[in-house]
Amino acid sequence: MSTVIIQYNAGNIQSVLYALERLGVAALVTDDPIKIKTADRVIFPGVGEASTAMQYLKERQLDILIQNLKQPVLGICLGMQLMCTYSEENNTNCLGIFNEQVKQFRPENNSIKVPQMGWNTITHLQTPLFKGVEENSYAYFVHGYYASIGEHTIAQTNYILDYSSALHKDNFYGVQFHPEKSAKAGEQIIQNFLSI
Amino acid sequence: MLTKRIIPCLDIKDGRTVKGINFEQIRDAGDPVELAALYAQQGADELVFLDITATVERRKTLSELVNKIAHKINIPFTVGGGIQTEEDVSILLQNGADKISVNSAAFKNPSIIQSFATNFGSQCVVLAIDAKCEEDGRWYVYLNGGRIKTDKLVEEWAKEAVDLGVGEILLTSMNHDGTKQGFALDITAKLSETLSVPIIASGGGGNAQHFYDVFAKGKADAALAASIFHYKEVSIPELKNYLYQQQIPVRL
Repeated sequence: MSTVIIQYNAGNIQSVLYALERLGVAALVTDDPIKIKTADRVIFPGVGEASTAMQYLKERQLDILIQNLKQPVLGICLGMQLMCTYSEENNTNCLGIFNEQVKQFRPENNSIKVPQMGWNTITHLQTPLFKGVEENSYAYFVHGYYASIGEHTIAQTNYILDYSSALHKDNFYGVQFHPEKSAKAGEQIIQNFLSI
Repeated sequence: MLTKRIIPCLDIKDGRTVKGINFEQIRDAGDPVELAALYAQQGADELVFLDITATVERRKTLSELVNKIAHKINIPFTVGGGIQTEEDVSILLQNGADKISVNSAAFKNPSIIQSFATNFGSQCVVLAIDAKCEEDGRWYVYLNGGRIKTDKLVEEWAKEAVDLGVGEILLTSMNHDGTKQGFALDITAKLSETLSVPIIASGGGGNAQHFYDVFAKGKADAALAASIFHYKEVSIPELKNYLYQQQIPVRL
């Protein structure tokens, strides 16, 4: 089975690659459309800013490519947010795979930090992506924007409010947290994605 | 609920983990790769890896060691020591670091904070501040591993750095470091209450009660310690169980 990680101008690709290596999976990091199209699994990672990332994808027509993928695709963090319709981060129109808008955390007082950084629980777990992962497992998050809860929500987390920590539609999956940095639970989720 | 983080720190010198008292009297504390893997397995929430000789001896951080550690652990980790340029950051991230920490170089040239935040994202830029409370009762920034005093107040520098784009602050109290008498609660709380980014408290953690205090009274988002973990004086599972019983949110 072949797994590719989409290469673009957003960080944390190396961490994803090493996480796959720890599971015994050799993945290819590439922006080659043919290699992405023909892979069995596609991982769309990302840490960064939405508008510059979308700009980069559009310039290389990777936006249309991702929208039309038929194999299981996993968006991570910014990758998941870019798979939504729109992000408040610099008013960015995104890929529109998940019917959700990405909004900024706006705490009512200064004691709540933004971005959320650290370990939080994931609940209401659905779909084979979370097979064998216990309710209230901890995952590692770093983000200042969130997707609301809606028809595609398959996991929830509470920070300031309840939001979607994972989304699913057809062959597309997205997780707001970093499974590659979420200890055992994260490894299980990556393993599950590879087994879907 | 977002949990409070427990972060073991691996101070690295010549490829070994070391620990000093008040930044002096350095002694050996073991193989960093083995320690990192052990801590990750025991439930550490993150790791910090500081090449303590890097700034002083103008050495670059040991990227090979970073690479070895990155292959072993499944939790986030930060690397610091002598980072000055975008290339330094890029090499560390390529070798598997999740965040980098800057200290003296950022103080001398604050524009690097902005350039790192723009190019790699604020979430991966940690500002380390070595702070010392002087006789006038104020906290001052120290540079080069605590060797050089500046006239800058810690609160001022921290605020400037947040405005420039740092995503987290690692605050080490030189007065408390290595003493095992507890963290610097007042300055930690002051930064945490006035800044929008997480504060990692460092220096002085000697027992579980100290960690409770730094979360409950010091309002820290994370607490870092080295020797008590290296010398097995407090184990991470014991510490987390204690904090959990004291109603501090932790990942068990």
